[in-house]
Amino acid sequence: MQNVMFDRIQKEIDNHDVVLFMKGQAAFPQCGFSSLVVQVLSQLGVPFKDINVLEDSELRQGIKDFTNWPTIPQLYVKGEFVGGCDIIREMYESGELQALLQDKGIASAA
Amino acid sequence: MGMDAKEIETLILDALPDAQVRIEDLRGDGDHYAAYVASPSFAGKTRVQQHQMVYAALRGKMGDALHALAIQTSLPENQ
Repeated sequence: MQNVMFDRIQKEIDNHDVVLFMKGQAAFPQCGFSSLVVQVLSQLGVPFKDINVLEDSELRQGIKDFTNWPTIPQLYVKGEFVGGCDIIREMYESGELQALLQDKGIASAA
Repeated sequence: MGMDAKEIETLILDALPDAQVRIEDLRGDGDHYAAYVASPSFAGKTRVQQHQMVYAALRGKMGDALHALAIQTSLPENQ
């Protein structure tokens, strides 16, 4: 069962440059931590695919197993797990997130 | 549910005996904490790996008994 879920997750992060597994949707985050990452990405003008784990309990657990990371949200850039809320905030404040996005050739309106 | 700060600190120190740990109770509800962990064993590790070490120390309580733990990892000052 897990392989089916892992394949599904892999497909999402392969098919979209920036993917945010979150609680709620980008337009209606349902958790403060998810909302913070949405705001960071919006501030940077970075388009991203939002995936609401609240709609699928198997996905909600599967994503945590996929990265051995116990919390949501989780941000992926070009198929790579970048971090959860704490790390994204730290990287944004230090400018590392902007540098990473540039390195990966992700256009940002900011 | 929830946990108390001492329990979190003990779990982290059990797994990372050389760490300096400070736990901050963000809301006083036993569910929202911040953990500042400095340890030489973080050397050469990415932030994700460092945070995974802290999560591993909590032995599955993260996201279960413990709803929110803001983590900040670093190397000790003298490192």
